[in-house]
Amino acid sequence: MDQARIRNFSIIAHIDHGKSTLADRILELTEAVSAREMREQVLDSMELERERGITIKAQAVRVSWKGHELNLIDTPGHVDFTYEVSRSLQACEGALLVVDAAQGIEAQTLANAYLAIENGLEIVPVANKIDLPAADPEGTAVEVADLLGDDPTRVLRISAKTGGGVADVLDAIVERVPPPAGDVDAPTRALVFDSAYDQYRGVVAFVRVVDGSFSTREALRTLATDTRFDAEELGVFSPAMTPVERLTAGEVGYVVTGLKDVSRLRVGDTLTSVRRPAEEALPGYKDVKPMVFAGLFPTDSDAYPELRDALERLKLNDAALVYEPETSNALGFGFRCGFLGLLHMEIVRERLEREFDLDLLVTAPNVAYRVQEKNGGWVEVHNPAEFPREIEEVEEPYVAASIIVPKEHVGAVMELNNDRRGTFGKLEYLSPERVHLTYELPLAEIVLDYYDQLKSRTRGYASFDYDLAGFKPGNLARVDVLVGGEQVDALSLIVHRDFAYDRGRLLVDKLREEIPRQMFDIAIQAAIGSRVIARETVKAKRKDVLAKCYGGDISRKRKLLEKQKAGKKRMKQVGAVEVPQEAFLAVLNIGQGQKS
Amino acid sequence: MARSTTEAGDGVTGGARHLYVHLPFCAHRCGYCEFVTATGRDHLHGAYVDALLRELAEEHDGGPVDTIFLGGGTPTYTALPELLRLLRALPAAAELTVEANPETVTPQLARELRDAGVNRVSLGAQTFEPDLLEVLERRATPVDVERAFARLREAGFDNLSLDLIYGIPGQTPQRLAADLARAIELGPEHISAYELEAKPGTRFTIAHGAELERQAEQMEDYFERVVTALTAAGYRWYETANFCRDGKRAEHNLAYWLGRDYLGVGVGAVSTLGGERRRNTPRLARYLQGDYDREFELLDDETRSRERVMLGLRLDEPLPLRGLRSALDPEGLARAEQLGLAVDGGETLALTRRGRFLGGGVTAEIVA
Repeated sequence: MDQARIRNFSIIAHIDHGKSTLADRILELTEAVSAREMREQVLDSMELERERGITIKAQAVRVSWKGHELNLIDTPGHVDFTYEVSRSLQACEGALLVVDAAQGIEAQTLANAYLAIENGLEIVPVANKIDLPAADPEGTAVEVADLLGDDPTRVLRISAKTGGGVADVLDAIVERVPPPAGDVDAPTRALVFDSAYDQYRGVVAFVRVVDGSFSTREALRTLATDTRFDAEELGVFSPAMTPVERLTAGEVGYVVTGLKDVSRLRVGDTLTSVRRPAEEALPGYKDVKPMVFAGLFPTDSDAYPELRDALERLKLNDAALVYEPETSNALGFGFRCGFLGLLHMEIVRERLEREFDLDLLVTAPNVAYRVQEKNGGWVEVHNPAEFPREIEEVEEPYVAASIIVPKEHVGAVMELNNDRRGTFGKLEYLSPERVHLTYELPLAEIVLDYYDQLKSRTRGYASFDYDLAGFKPGNLARVDVLVGGEQVDALSLIVHRDFAYDRGRLLVDKLREEIPRQMFDIAIQAAIGSRVIARETVKAKRKDVLAKCYGGDISRKRKLLEKQKAGKKRMKQVGAVEVPQEAFLAVLNIGQGQKS
Repeated sequence: MARSTTEAGDGVTGGARHLYVHLPFCAHRCGYCEFVTATGRDHLHGAYVDALLRELAEEHDGGPVDTIFLGGGTPTYTALPELLRLLRALPAAAELTVEANPETVTPQLARELRDAGVNRVSLGAQTFEPDLLEVLERRATPVDVERAFARLREAGFDNLSLDLIYGIPGQTPQRLAADLARAIELGPEHISAYELEAKPGTRFTIAHGAELERQAEQMEDYFERVVTALTAAGYRWYETANFCRDGKRAEHNLAYWLGRDYLGVGVGAVSTLGGERRRNTPRLARYLQGDYDREFELLDDETRSRERVMLGLRLDEPLPLRGLRSALDPEGLARAEQLGLAVDGGETLALTRRGRFLGGGVTAEIVA
């Protein structure tokens, strides 16, 4: 199709502001899908996403409107996937900025809107849910226009739920979003903006063709990683996968690569033709680095091979996931995994448990640290148990946090951020009622329970987003936990010195509650280096017998004994001490749940 | 002695030399009781003895055995003529024990038991504290216990055992010491001392569970106190919960702990014969009709070895290890030795004093 008749756009919206509903209406209105065959929300294909109301993997749908070909490119909605969002936006010339007229702009919307503006996209602002009694279309229009430096009258007022105004949205896309402007005759360049793994067909790449064109069975290669493959099938989503013979500059579609490993086809890479390769890659490829780390261990140590296979398979369609084998004296064999952020970690964990039926122990998450060893160079540490005891200096990652909150909750937010070692940035009024706060915070302070705390202290009104903002020196200490004199590596943590005592005390108290009494006294200690900062003792049992045992009791007592023996085998052994798995779970939960 | 004695024969099916006879009848079911008992069925005593003798005739050739134990229930609650009819029909035995509740022991009963060949009585005293007896729902008073003891002595019994229970809600270390002192003063040849087990779901646990929970920590050293007091008085702590003087161990129970075969007859009774364990129906009506509805359990060599270890480690005599090594967990055994809880003598295995206090956990450690 003539590029002049193509419009590529995505939808930027906060969760629950109506992105999926609007996408559904667009599909209905353009008759891409009949009402009958339509599921509630077509674009959210994964079960997990539907439950969480978020979208992990972007997809693209082609629809027709008044002689034009419109490609709707879906974007993930969460901060952990900023990189993926930016790649999706790069595949578009325009974006719908959808704001709930009853809620106003949220922190996430702001972040993604800025991202779209940076990418040079034409923004079409939309005030949604104007049918709600609480809606304030005019106020929202002013807020959005302010943000964009646009005229409030150009903000579309719609109700995706009733369908009112959706046709105007499609018209606005055709009128305002510029057509693609690639060179059809130049060597082929296509941006890989997402990929997925299909167990029968291998890696499927979602691409935006920028220059030139390519066809089915053509030999292709990527410019950044130099991966080569033949295009087994080309096609578009309308919304079902529909094969086409050719994809040309300006078009959006998919390529079935036959590759068996998604890491060989990285998001952001450029596809070109082997026969007539392009010289220069499209801008934007970067290796995303995980910032949050946690150990994943099977609760049943026999399940280690299953966990390894599951991670391998997950990695096939999640290039951002990294992992390496880890051995813990307490938890056995597992993997230290790196994630883009907390949500990414949650999703990986849930998928492992749900799709692969694994029971996992997950250690408290930690961030990446940069450590200068005494008389040594700088190293990056991803595991508290590997944190050197003798250090010259340590740096930890910081984030630039953006929080939008009704003005009456500003005090609560400031208090929370102060507790979390935050540095105030600025405060601005988005409207007479709503305030935008910026803070610089250590990433380590938000990986635990920051978001829950923020929500509960603002009665759910705060919205939050962050961007990584580099490393800074920190006054940090490694706290170790010792049970019966043996260090429990899985419970080591890196913490600011001011919080070290409280955290150590909490861990020790919890372990004392959870470790059953045994045949000897068990010392439980928290220590920084050789200095013990908290101590408790689990007293030895003084008796442990089955009182009587005569002829009629033998079978029952034997079965009890066998059960007890089997229980012992399931216990994790720390030195001579048997620690039930529940103890680790409980302690890991306080690591994740609360803060003194 | 009216019982027939035969010179030869294996005695019991499968070569068992030990016979258990269950008499389920009681005046009242105590809240903590977990045995097969029957109350309000007094008209069935005769029919029950008939049924017992029928089962015995089916299972036993009439030859002599080493030990017989009449347990319950309350065997001495059984109508005396029926009890005597049963006793006289039993095979000859070197040890014949009957369990008795103190309030049932009349001078006549003591004499008749003795005449019927009973040579050992196990008296369910439990405690000498009136209010604690009430907590246990026992009918006897402390005076009953002492009187029963005297009557049995008078009738000529020189092998008496006293059952004590400790860890009763409301008991204190002082009151436990008083119980032990009174028991020692009576001077039985044998004492069984059990910690009260509050079985989940029993009437007793529902009523007293919370109180027991509160006392748990305080009661933790009761076991130690019991052992210390009784051994100081000259009793031998020969089994986890059993003490004796003058070598008078409970020979019948010793057979269980040594892993020997035994035949059990009566409602709910268990037998272990060869590689097989079986349990009769616990339903009295079925049993009376001769429907045993037996549950069977096959015991392979491995299981029997594990049971030998489990039972053998309850005794003070070292456990001979011949043929039992495969039933041990070498790592667990090494840990237990390291903690000073067990001693592996190569040929034999024994628990240390502390090991015996922790016998349950240590056995779980040691057994494969």
